[in-house]
Amino acid sequence: MACKFISHEDTNQWLEALAKDHVVFIPVDDGGSVTFRPYGEGRKPVLDRMPVRSPKEAVFPQNETLLTYKYDKDPEDPERTSVRIKETLPKERAVVFGARPCGTRGMTVFDSVFVNDRIRDPYYATRRENTLYVTLACHEVESTCFCHEVGSGPADTAGSDVLLTPVQGGYTAEAVTERGEKMLEASFFADGGDKCAEAEAVKKATREMLGEAHDFSNAPEALLAVFDDDEFWDDQAAACLSCGACTYLCPTCYCFNITDESTGTTGKRLRSWDTCMSFQYTLEGSGHNPRTTKGKRLKNRVNHKFAYFPDTYDQHLACCGCGRCIKSCPASIDIRSIVKAAQARSAQKESK
Amino acid sequence: MQALAELKEQIRQALPDLDVVIGWQQGYDALHTSPLFIRSEEDIDKLVVNEFCVVNPATYLREMRGGKKVGLVLKGCDSRSVIQLLQEKLLKEEDLTIFGFGCNGVLNHTKLQARFGDIGFITSLENDGTNVTVEAGDKKETVPFTELCADKCLTCSYPNTLQCSHFAGEESAKQADSATDKALEDFEKLTMEERFTFWQDQMRRCIRCYACRNACPMCVCKDHCLANSREPKWLSEDVDVQNNFMFQLIHVMHLTGRCVECGECERACPMDIPIMLLRRKMAGIVRDVFAYNAGTNAEETPPLMCFKVEEPTIEERH
Repeated sequence: MACKFISHEDTNQWLEALAKDHVVFIPVDDGGSVTFRPYGEGRKPVLDRMPVRSPKEAVFPQNETLLTYKYDKDPEDPERTSVRIKETLPKERAVVFGARPCGTRGMTVFDSVFVNDRIRDPYYATRRENTLYVTLACHEVESTCFCHEVGSGPADTAGSDVLLTPVQGGYTAEAVTERGEKMLEASFFADGGDKCAEAEAVKKATREMLGEAHDFSNAPEALLAVFDDDEFWDDQAAACLSCGACTYLCPTCYCFNITDESTGTTGKRLRSWDTCMSFQYTLEGSGHNPRTTKGKRLKNRVNHKFAYFPDTYDQHLACCGCGRCIKSCPASIDIRSIVKAAQARSAQKESK
Repeated sequence: MQALAELKEQIRQALPDLDVVIGWQQGYDALHTSPLFIRSEEDIDKLVVNEFCVVNPATYLREMRGGKKVGLVLKGCDSRSVIQLLQEKLLKEEDLTIFGFGCNGVLNHTKLQARFGDIGFITSLENDGTNVTVEAGDKKETVPFTELCADKCLTCSYPNTLQCSHFAGEESAKQADSATDKALEDFEKLTMEERFTFWQDQMRRCIRCYACRNACPMCVCKDHCLANSREPKWLSEDVDVQNNFMFQLIHVMHLTGRCVECGECERACPMDIPIMLLRRKMAGIVRDVFAYNAGTNAEETPPLMCFKVEEPTIEERH
């Protein structure tokens, strides 16, 4: 990977240039919390804090209009109505600038699910193809960071097109994809020179800050071994308030719901984020729900990331280790400790 | 801590007659605690009481109805929610055992974050009651407690647990720093247009995760909240200003004369939307109109749960 350099000043120029033909999502201070908003209107990127909201929303927004419809009454025979349907495919080209490697890695989980041999979700695929990720490697770590424990790291390039690393006076930039390489052809980028070695040192130092990694490799088996252990799950979920903060902010949670939202004779079919923490998740039309308790719902969230997903799709954990679910949980529930507790519990069961 | 040792002993003695005692335990780092559900002797030692015990344990009561004998370790503010629920006859007094203590205030994570960068960057914190010394990266700073504590602590008149079965340690002599909430006062200096613009912008930020609702000890509707009702459908799944505003206002209206201002809704909000402004305003109106302070006297009937031809505090013109 060729390593280039861009100064802080030129970074702003670059964003300006990109914003001419892209919606450029940058992390900004939005009422005290950092969220991604389109560049412009005097917004300044905030790059020293991890955004509260995840970069998934550029490609998988909280609400996606799948189609719009309108009912028409036959003036001759008002009993008869016809419906007109209009498909609404997203068109805009976007850049996500300044997401952290963990958040961007989350997109690889989406990719496996929404675009594969069997399925190509047109809404997701179109946005994904039209969105570039310029990711910022970390130079600090938080108490909730655990990317290094889920097969990633503070300079992970998975899902990114370009990886920036903070160095004196600006950033080094490495292209990860061909699209990224094209981006770095812009005149704002100079040869990296000795900045490249500095960037490597930053990456190494950040990785060292994270310390030793707990081994989650047997998590899928361990979690499945305690699948029927209701007492364990009720215990783990006791403090859960059943809100959706963890799942909505998670860079890898992709469950959705589809509803028709009508106003009079017109309306839209909406795809919205769903959350397995809600009693309505998998609630069937009959009124039955196979997940009857918050313990069973929490099990779904943890198992999906640490067991079902790796079992279904090439062994990768569907957790990117960003720690948003821990940090934003009103009851400070820690997914790391739940999986660790399952590992301990299953080991205990085995030894009996 | 004398109070903690006493609390543990009181819980130890009461536990055989209780299904569970809810308190706090150390969380994933030094700045967080998480709710503790004590069911056995060995759980008791996990109990902590400190300036990070922010969660209101009374919130979990809605899951524990149906004859369960529940013990609760409660701060003064938390205990008001239990009293209000008793007033509304949603709880039975004989099912509850309240463990009280004197609280000197809790710290606010949003304020810590605003001051020291991300909360996860803070490596150590010491609180002597008057000042808080925080280390984050290479920064070390000492800040008055009043600049970092929860807003509710600044106006708190109930630092000691109300109506408790057991009280541990010494009573807190903490006085309210001010009788009125400064944030609300400042907000009300704005014009109506400015206020509306402010709320429109705040409601745009809401992600409708319902953390505010679920963290609220007074939101007892559980899975029957109209926000989730499909039939009839009151709210669209569209997460936009209009629908978010609608939900938030419904929430406030349903808390009229009930909200004890424990601040859990705002604390739980992952987007840090200052929704307590709405609650405080509403509670202030109830105080003005009905001379009623929610959850402070179990003998009182809440004003919206009774009908009086002549309200003693309302002067009517005939």
